[in-house]
Amino acid sequence: MKARVKFSKTGNLKFIGHLDVMRYFQKAFRRAEIDIEYSKGYSPHMLLSFAAPLGVGLTSDGEYLDMQLLSTLTEEEMVAKMNEAMVSDIRVVDFKLLPDTSKNSMSIVAGADYKISLKDGYAFEAVTDEDGHVLETSLTIENFKEHFEAFIAKEQIVILKKSKKSENEVDIKPFIYQVAFDAKTFAELGGAFCENSVAERYDNDCVCYMQLATGSVNNLKPELVMQAFCQAENVVFNPFAYQVHRMEVYADLGTEEERKLVPLNDVK
Amino acid sequence: MRKLALSDEILLTVEKPARYIGNEVNMVVKDLDKIDIRFCMCFPDVYEIGMSHLGIQILYDMFNRRSDTYCERVYSPWVDLDAIMREKNIPLFALESQDPIKDFDFLGITLQYEMCYTNILQVLELSKIPIYAKDRTEEDPIVVGGGPCAYNTEPLADFFDFFYIGEGETAYDEILDLYKENKKNGGSRTDFLRKVANVQGMYVPKFYDVTYNEDNTIASFTKNDPEVPDMVKKQVEMALSETVYPEKPLVPYIKAIQDRVVLEIQRGCIRGCRFCQAGMIYRPIRERDLEFLKERAYEMLKATGHEEISLSSLSSSDYSKLQELVYFLIDEFRSKGVNISLPSLRIDAFALDVMSKVQDVKKSSLTFAPEAGSQRLRDVINKGLTEEVILKGAMDAFTSGWNRVKLYFMLGLPTEDYEDIEGIATLSDKIAREYYTIPKEERNGRVSIVSSTSFFVPKPFTPFQWVRMNTSEEFLEKQRFLNGKMREQLNAKSIKYNWHEAELTMLEGVLARGDRRVSKIVYDAYKAGCIYDSWSEHFKYDLWMKAFEDNNMDPLFYTSRERDFEEILPWDFIDVGVTKKFLKREYERAVSEKITPNCRQACSGCGAMSFGGGVCFEGGVQ
Repeated sequence: MKARVKFSKTGNLKFIGHLDVMRYFQKAFRRAEIDIEYSKGYSPHMLLSFAAPLGVGLTSDGEYLDMQLLSTLTEEEMVAKMNEAMVSDIRVVDFKLLPDTSKNSMSIVAGADYKISLKDGYAFEAVTDEDGHVLETSLTIENFKEHFEAFIAKEQIVILKKSKKSENEVDIKPFIYQVAFDAKTFAELGGAFCENSVAERYDNDCVCYMQLATGSVNNLKPELVMQAFCQAENVVFNPFAYQVHRMEVYADLGTEEERKLVPLNDVK
Repeated sequence: MRKLALSDEILLTVEKPARYIGNEVNMVVKDLDKIDIRFCMCFPDVYEIGMSHLGIQILYDMFNRRSDTYCERVYSPWVDLDAIMREKNIPLFALESQDPIKDFDFLGITLQYEMCYTNILQVLELSKIPIYAKDRTEEDPIVVGGGPCAYNTEPLADFFDFFYIGEGETAYDEILDLYKENKKNGGSRTDFLRKVANVQGMYVPKFYDVTYNEDNTIASFTKNDPEVPDMVKKQVEMALSETVYPEKPLVPYIKAIQDRVVLEIQRGCIRGCRFCQAGMIYRPIRERDLEFLKERAYEMLKATGHEEISLSSLSSSDYSKLQELVYFLIDEFRSKGVNISLPSLRIDAFALDVMSKVQDVKKSSLTFAPEAGSQRLRDVINKGLTEEVILKGAMDAFTSGWNRVKLYFMLGLPTEDYEDIEGIATLSDKIAREYYTIPKEERNGRVSIVSSTSFFVPKPFTPFQWVRMNTSEEFLEKQRFLNGKMREQLNAKSIKYNWHEAELTMLEGVLARGDRRVSKIVYDAYKAGCIYDSWSEHFKYDLWMKAFEDNNMDPLFYTSRERDFEEILPWDFIDVGVTKKFLKREYERAVSEKITPNCRQACSGCGAMSFGGGVCFEGGVQ
């Protein structure tokens, strides 16, 4: 039988990359004696698959993996049993059995919510151009919200996407679904609200929430939005300055005309 | 949240940040307010290698069973972080508490191979502990070394406060108790070390002086303190089934070299191969009880979630209940997807049966270690593996579906001549020929033979401890010769020949049999930028050679010089049980091509019986 697990990842574990997280779960499920089905052959492996890899450095309240089980307990019991084998920085928050006909989570990912925070000790720094001139910027931590709102309100947000062979200009605006600056407003706009969020908090309170296209069809990384914003504001994009936290991952159960994002653990 | 010693920015800049964050599954957490002794255990190589070492897992578990002691870990920072720590002046820290090593009471460093010596100095320097023991104050941790290279400590003698010679399970409790007592009584570092020197197995270099003859050989090795013993006798754990063994080994987040449960089934070896240091210093062989091993296997698999278990020993086939143990593991765990790996197994019907059950025959290969190419030379080294046995084992495997064979040899063994070397090529070819005697329709494609040679390095406490090692030029000449011979073979296309680097071997030879003066070379080489010497991309041969030159020392004095039996060897003050008389006798038998029976066939009176257990008292032959 099929099942879907939702888990959070935070703290020291943000330094563990996706492949190692997969290895971690294989060992954790063996410790917890979860009755997972194995592939056949001489080197059998657990039938597990992850919805959307999380990059190194990111934390999350809403990661998903699908598993093939041979037997199960109740959903609550399964969550408790798995958590006994988890380290403190990874917690299983939900377990749901799925009908056999349900689609693999990886194939249905369409959107995700992110919270982006400016880490303490970092500020916005003006760019110095090739001639050594410091460019003008009026962006500060205090007026971040107004500036970001104006940025996001533009008709088009064109960035240069570099691939191995070519450089393409892409408008990322259509892939930015929602933006807010506090958790409550974000939830009202249809974003996730996590009561016991594991997201790190910073004193400067310089945060924004975004719902972005994610998955195999359209994929927009929150870092790319921040990079475009910084460029528009003439400030240096320092990838270490932002803590990116994923809040939820969605499937799109709507039509071609109208999007209807549903959290993966509510998809049957 | 747990605070880390390194900033996010640094951790996201370096390769594999998981090397530095600790917090692995089964990591021990203790309240620092409730402990008296902070012990930091170090494996001076990169995390993935250090985490694979069973010895540290045993000691980590053992120390942490003491409620007054918190044992933490540290590994060598990789070169990327090394540079950042130096630039930003960040002190080296332990993985558990992320606290600076300098705050600890002890820094214990395991000495597993010679080529990690510069990494020891890196760990000391990054920890801001004076590199030379003589420069340390009451505020600095006590630096202790142990492990196989502690059987010739002298090239490191200046850097350590003391060495623990022998097996770790036995005497640490006593040492930690002495430490606490000494601290309570307001005793100094030297007071403590003097007490330590009186515990069996402990060597405190500063209480011993060495003088040299004009020809650079050792004139005398004498104690300079009346209260310490003349000789240091190794520690041995005789009750291997009652002693500590980790129940919950640490499980790293990143893939370690040993990503599996390791079950040490026995310690020591009955074989007596004359080049093998482990076979001598771990005498007598002691087996662990079957029931002990079954329980540990079950517990450790449950506590780690590993998908593989590996049996560890110098020669698994000599474990008397091997079949029972292996079939138990297969029956109990195979259905749960657990892989069983059996290194150092003699190829026979049992081995082939087991291997066919646990591995994909098409993908796996057979391994033989004849070590030498001719029967004559195999007799010299007392490697009781005949060509007949190898060919029969290979043929049995071929008819069961295998078609890949790995062979391990050494170049530069004592008395070796070009005929012996050619024997490596002809033996490789004979195995291939054997394969092609099988009718074509029954064969499983082509045969693949991979023959590898390493260079022989004479080690202390072996019958070859006196012999001359080949020079790099001789090694390379032999390698070229063998490569040529390999190509002349009928089945040359089926044979792949792999070889090692000669320069690294030469240095290993110096460090293996060096004396106290070599400490200065290690220091200078490190200061000139040598680190991670065992990693070929970081090995800087020229800097090592310059260090010898600057100190007016010739590396060949240590490697390519035949010692006579009367010479005082730098490790003569250590008593490993096996006597010098025995080693000498074995050397003489070697050069007259006489083999010596293994410990279960007949006792050869090596001296290890003095420990009062193991194979020496199994009954029957004595």
